[in-house]
Amino acid sequence: MSAFNAIGEEREIDRDEFTPEIEPQATWCPGCGDFGVLKALKQAMPEVGRNPEETLLVTGIGCSGKLSSYFRSYGFHSIHGRSLPVARAAKMANPDLEVIAAGGDGDGYGIGGNHFMHTARENHDMTYIVFDNEIFGLTKGQTSPTSPKGHKSKTQPHGSAKQPIRPLSLALTSGASYVARTAAVNPNQAKEILAEAMEHDGFAHVDFLTQCPTWNKDAKQYVPYIDVQDSDDYDFDITDRGEASEMMQEAENALYEGTVLTGRFYHDEDRPSYQQEKQATGDMPEEPLAERYFDDDYEWERSYDLLERHK
Amino acid sequence: MTDDELIWRIAGGSGDGIDSTSQNFAKALMRSGLNVFTHRHYPSRIRGGHTYVEIRAKDEPVKSRGDNYNFLLALGDSFARNPQEEAYYGNEEIKPLSENLDELREGGVIVYDSGLLDASEIENFDQRAEENDWHVYDLDLRGLAKEHGREVMRNTAGVGATAALLDMDLEHIEGLMEDAMSGDVLEANLQILEEAYESVNEDYEHTHDLRAPTGSADEEQVLVSGSHGIAYGALDEGCRFISGYPMTPWTDVYTIMTQHLPEMGGISEQVEDEIAAASLAIGASHAGAKAMSGSSGGGFALMSEPLGLAEITETPIVLVEAMRAGPSTGMPTKPEQGDLEHVLYTSQGDSNRVVFAPGDPAECYEQTRKAFEIAYEYQIPAIVLYDQKLSGGHQTVPEDVFDEEPNPDIGSVVTEQDLEEAVQEAGRFKRYMYDDEESGFGGVSRRSLPGQKGGNYLASGNEHNEVGHISEDPDNRTIQMNRRMAKLDAIRTELSEEADHQPVYGPEDADYGILSFGSTKGVIEEAVDQLNDEGHSVKAMNVSDIMPFPKDEVTAFLESVDESLVVEMNASAQFRRHIQGQLGRFGEKLYSLLKYDGNPFEPEEIVSGFESRLGEEADLSQYNVRIESATGD
Ligand SMILES: Cc1ncc(C[n+]2csc(CCOP(=O)(O)OP(=O)(O)O)c2C)c(N)n1
Ligand code: SF4
Repeated sequence: MSAFNAIGEEREIDRDEFTPEIEPQATWCPGCGDFGVLKALKQAMPEVGRNPEETLLVTGIGCSGKLSSYFRSYGFHSIHGRSLPVARAAKMANPDLEVIAAGGDGDGYGIGGNHFMHTARENHDMTYIVFDNEIFGLTKGQTSPTSPKGHKSKTQPHGSAKQPIRPLSLALTSGASYVARTAAVNPNQAKEILAEAMEHDGFAHVDFLTQCPTWNKDAKQYVPYIDVQDSDDYDFDITDRGEASEMMQEAENALYEGTVLTGRFYHDEDRPSYQQEKQATGDMPEEPLAERYFDDDYEWERSYDLLERHK
Repeated sequence: MTDDELIWRIAGGSGDGIDSTSQNFAKALMRSGLNVFTHRHYPSRIRGGHTYVEIRAKDEPVKSRGDNYNFLLALGDSFARNPQEEAYYGNEEIKPLSENLDELREGGVIVYDSGLLDASEIENFDQRAEENDWHVYDLDLRGLAKEHGREVMRNTAGVGATAALLDMDLEHIEGLMEDAMSGDVLEANLQILEEAYESVNEDYEHTHDLRAPTGSADEEQVLVSGSHGIAYGALDEGCRFISGYPMTPWTDVYTIMTQHLPEMGGISEQVEDEIAAASLAIGASHAGAKAMSGSSGGGFALMSEPLGLAEITETPIVLVEAMRAGPSTGMPTKPEQGDLEHVLYTSQGDSNRVVFAPGDPAECYEQTRKAFEIAYEYQIPAIVLYDQKLSGGHQTVPEDVFDEEPNPDIGSVVTEQDLEEAVQEAGRFKRYMYDDEESGFGGVSRRSLPGQKGGNYLASGNEHNEVGHISEDPDNRTIQMNRRMAKLDAIRTELSEEADHQPVYGPEDADYGILSFGSTKGVIEEAVDQLNDEGHSVKAMNVSDIMPFPKDEVTAFLESVDESLVVEMNASAQFRRHIQGQLGRFGEKLYSLLKYDGNPFEPEEIVSGFESRLGEEADLSQYNVRIESATGD
């Protein structure tokens, strides 16, 4: 019998199952966009048919990192910027789990930027949600990698001299096979995109625009957004890298000029996930590694059998 | 110095096949029934530059590289030849010969490749040879190799000449070549081997006395390094996940694991940096695999924060730290024991970890297994601390050390039945439960694995309450801290119950002691034998449990002696400080013997260090060692 009896359990799943029985006191400010992510995620879960116990949510540090506290599933609240390496190894050890990683823009594009690039490159089968509020929230409003050029904060009193990171383009060029942007002010789109991201077999990156009313009063996430899929003005093929890339650049330029474009930007359904690639080269077992420790019949190989070469 | 032992040094250019040649020769000696110990010396560059490997072979157990050496095979450095000779750069032609002379024993034998080296270019060579009674044989090894095969095969010619001069049978050497090569390459090598062997016997008068010792070891032996010990220990404990980033000398254990994991159904991941490496090990372990990572000094520094994360989330992991000389990138290819305090104290807060420091390849195997058992049973990070010397040096180890059953037990994990009961009783599973009776032993609260029904919880790097919610409640904080800290005492007790825990070497009632940790074990044992033969009264303890520290054993040891030398390869006496810190006394009894020049201790240095401490006549100025007394009590 499987050691992981919650995995693959088929039944109706209710979104309320993802609410902790004893809700911990929320530390998010009133009006914070993070509530929108939580809500969208809870709504998306029943759509993908995953139950809380076969889901592993790994978060980083920041206001965004608290997501795992308010979401009932297996959770891992790791350290600043490191949700991706924790998450992708868990997925490799037990590919049957639904693995989601989440964190802020400082967490994901700043301190964790290297991991972002490499996880996307490897195309791990997982979903990565970045709460993009263009600010460091938890440490009280410092400039973040997505803060616009000229943005003033306590750590950049004369205004930031840096160009902001372009998360969508970065994800695409690094190798992510699904890239989307949504916003907390648009719950329906957010839910659909998160569900699609989870169903996608590869690295799905969702840049999730969240407002931080406490520290980033003039962030563009408040303005009405345009869904690029719903508008006739934006016609592009999301399976075409070139067209997707152009559209992403347009969206990234527009954001700092006051137009918020959201939606699906890239979707490559053909690219094999990292796990599939690794299995193809014989570098990864077909059965979940984690299962093996519970299989009494498994024959464990011994180092003794390797000694021939040392004689 | 006695000549019942052979210490053969092969010197040449790094990248010239010295490593593989010496490995084979060492194995041939082992197959003839001898005990073998190898020492690698190489510069921090990829090709070219002077390098040597030393092989010490003896009928009795060999535990160190020994003092100096008695047979030099000097090959030319193909990467140091001048451009006219179709080679690349440099002007180091005669180094393989000149660089090595200082350590050659009186009466020693020199074979050099006259096809590449010219002894007459070395200042006072003939005079030095005469004064030291060196027996010099110049052979055109390169020419011989070229004639029958390719120039690189001059190593084989050198081995053939060695065998002839030492009166060795070619049988074992040939057998090894047949195992490793085939076809034309094998034919050519065999021919070169025999030609060299015969030409030395026919054309040269053998003026020296040195002969290869005859071996009588009857148990099956294998020639392995400390890195093999660690990798094989991990495999036998069911470790099937490793993540790493290359760094010398940790790369040794990392590559051995990587070579075997795919065929054993495991996973090896080379990742973007060491923070990721340790974090991956945490993720894999959290999801239910036995996982390991590791690095050397600088890379381990990057693991500091994930290390604390493993501690507070109580995720079992094993990390390997292969020390090399620091600070910073220091000397990448040189051993030192300077990361002890780094490994003990890195990471924020009162964080606990278990640290083992094996002293030889067999201990590497056993203690890595122990590290996994403790890590998974107590849900705490465990570190295997060793160094460059133990990482690359090979030693004969009885084969049956490895003849152990695998252990795939993943420690204190709940079953589905436990979860059902927990949910029925308390409404939910309490991952970080602090009821001692319920949670069992030593502060451990059992964990569930993602996918187990009824076991969901949040593992958080922030302080958390019983169910995993982030909490800054003072009472909860105190209890959780106490619970996590209680693990070390429980582990100390468990470890101390093992038979022959922290064994003492030498006469039980000796007046003086020597304390050490890690790779200095063997050389100290040799020094202890020598000192006792000379009429001193000395015993030694190589401490392998660094954390939790075996307080009772070390206290008993120190109480039983008048004073003790603490021998370690670093400049600031970190191990001595650790002993004093752990025991809170004995300052007046402790003296340090320190070496940090990048080379491991030789027995003579320890003997002299000991004697000079006793006020006897011993000239320490010829060695790069320092004696220092402890402060405080
Ligand atoms: C290694 C490390 N450096 C710095 C911090 C402090 N820190 C905590 S959260 C944070 C930034 C959070 O910003 P962001 O990731 O954008 O998330 P938000 O709070 O806005 O959701 C920082 C710098 C830390 N916890 N760890
Ligand atoms: S500081 Fe900003 S990001 Fe953090 S909880 Fe408050 S509103 Fe949200």
